Amino acid sequence: MLSSQSYQDPGKMKDYHYSGPVEHRFSPYSFNGGTVLAVAGEDFAIVASDTRLSEGYSIHSRDSPKCYKLTDTTVIGCSGFHGDCLTLTKIIDARLKMYKHSNNKTMTSNAIAAMLSTILYGRRFFPYYVYNIIGGLDEHGKGAVYSFDPVGSYQRDTYKAGGSASAMLQPLLDNQIGFKNMEGVQQVPLTQERAVQLVKDVFISAAERDVYTGDALRLCIITKEGINEQTVPLRKD
Amino acid sequence: MALSNVLETPLPGFNFDNAARNAALEGLYDGGQTPKPMKTGTTIAGVVFKDGVVLGADTRATSGEVVADKMCSKIHYIAPNIYCCGAGTAADTEKTTELLSSNLTIFSQTSGRNPRLVMAVNILQDMLYRYHGQIGASLILGGVDCTGNHLYTVGPYGSVNKMPYLAMGSGDLAALGILEDRYQQDMELDTAKELVRVAIHAGIMNDLASGNNIDICVITREGVDYIRPYQESEYKDSRYRPGTTPVLTKKVVPLKLEVVQESVQQMETI
Repeated sequence: MLSSQSYQDPGKMKDYHYSGPVEHRFSPYSFNGGTVLAVAGEDFAIVASDTRLSEGYSIHSRDSPKCYKLTDTTVIGCSGFHGDCLTLTKIIDARLKMYKHSNNKTMTSNAIAAMLSTILYGRRFFPYYVYNIIGGLDEHGKGAVYSFDPVGSYQRDTYKAGGSASAMLQPLLDNQIGFKNMEGVQQVPLTQERAVQLVKDVFISAAERDVYTGDALRLCIITKEGINEQTVPLRKD
Repeated sequence: MALSNVLETPLPGFNFDNAARNAALEGLYDGGQTPKPMKTGTTIAGVVFKDGVVLGADTRATSGEVVADKMCSKIHYIAPNIYCCGAGTAADTEKTTELLSSNLTIFSQTSGRNPRLVMAVNILQDMLYRYHGQIGASLILGGVDCTGNHLYTVGPYGSVNKMPYLAMGSGDLAALGILEDRYQQDMELDTAKELVRVAIHAGIMNDLASGNNIDICVITREGVDYIRPYQESEYKDSRYRPGTTPVLTKKVVPLKLEVVQESVQQMETI
């Protein structure tokens, strides 16, 4: 996956010491925290995010979920700079409507993913500071996860974590869902119940050690019946 | 080991002895990140009440945005009648308070007197000003001595404030909001403990760098009550019974070591 360029000091916490007069340029970006996660199963997909919106050391909101419903079979999770998350989801919604009106059909998950890649790359030189993960069902009804970097590089995955606690969650998912670094273990396919329990457990662990993750967990479970939403409380401190 | 200024007066002016060493160290890391010191990123508070002083602190230590220690101790022992809460760089608060404590012990043994809070404050202020803010320690000192119940704060640059109620750390504004609203003079013990608990709790809930449990220390003429934790966080770690992680195989390989070379070096002792 293409690694994104570094952003100008968006999430750095202020030093306690005064290090002399420093000229601050206006930064168009800010880091609002949050973690998103998506898992694809045989006939389902789960997109989950925490609901804390923070800036620096303060909390803006304890109830700001980062999963947005796009169609009946697709949900997108966006974390990073909240301003860009809101604008990006508005643009995607508008493009979905345009496609529906021109082609008389709803966009499929893989089409939405390809479109998002071009939207993000269109802003290659002033990127949307958003880490996106799309979760949904593909045309054959199987679970699909597409993960992006801020400038549009994407690939289809089975599971992916993004956002502030992604480095803590991804290795655990690699082990539990990908069966990596384990020997002699029976590789059973992932059931919906086990996937939901796993997602809840990893977010509880992330909330313990990442200051930007917490308050509550919003899960969107996508099946052919529709999208089922659940909310689970997390640490508030 | 005593502070150098206890035995002899230090040279006037700023001490830049370590500047060359620091520059060399930074050169070693060359472009990469120098290791970040662990900051406590804290909420600490203190309140003077009728019979003494109550100090409170949270127990979370952060290293950037990751929680490094969920149960660290921020209320440090200085003397039997003096305790100190520390915010800022964890190593700095730990070592500064240890140094202060040893110096006060030496003083009380040579003079036969209990140390007074003003002496502790003056030693701290002197040392922190000398280092010109390079030691990132914001401290709240509280204690009871022969002159009464006192609460002081010393900042990293050497500033001192004496107040009946104080809060420091990244969660200080949240705690101060509670203290400004509910502080009264000559409170009873239980009211004072509850006030400090609520103030620290506000810091824990509203500041991302504070969290987990609350420690309280009550100092009175009769003695010290160090309650750790005073309140456990409602979000407890889950406990697994032994045997949850299965042992699949066990292999013990004894290391065969043989003596290759033996050399004796005389130490020059004065």
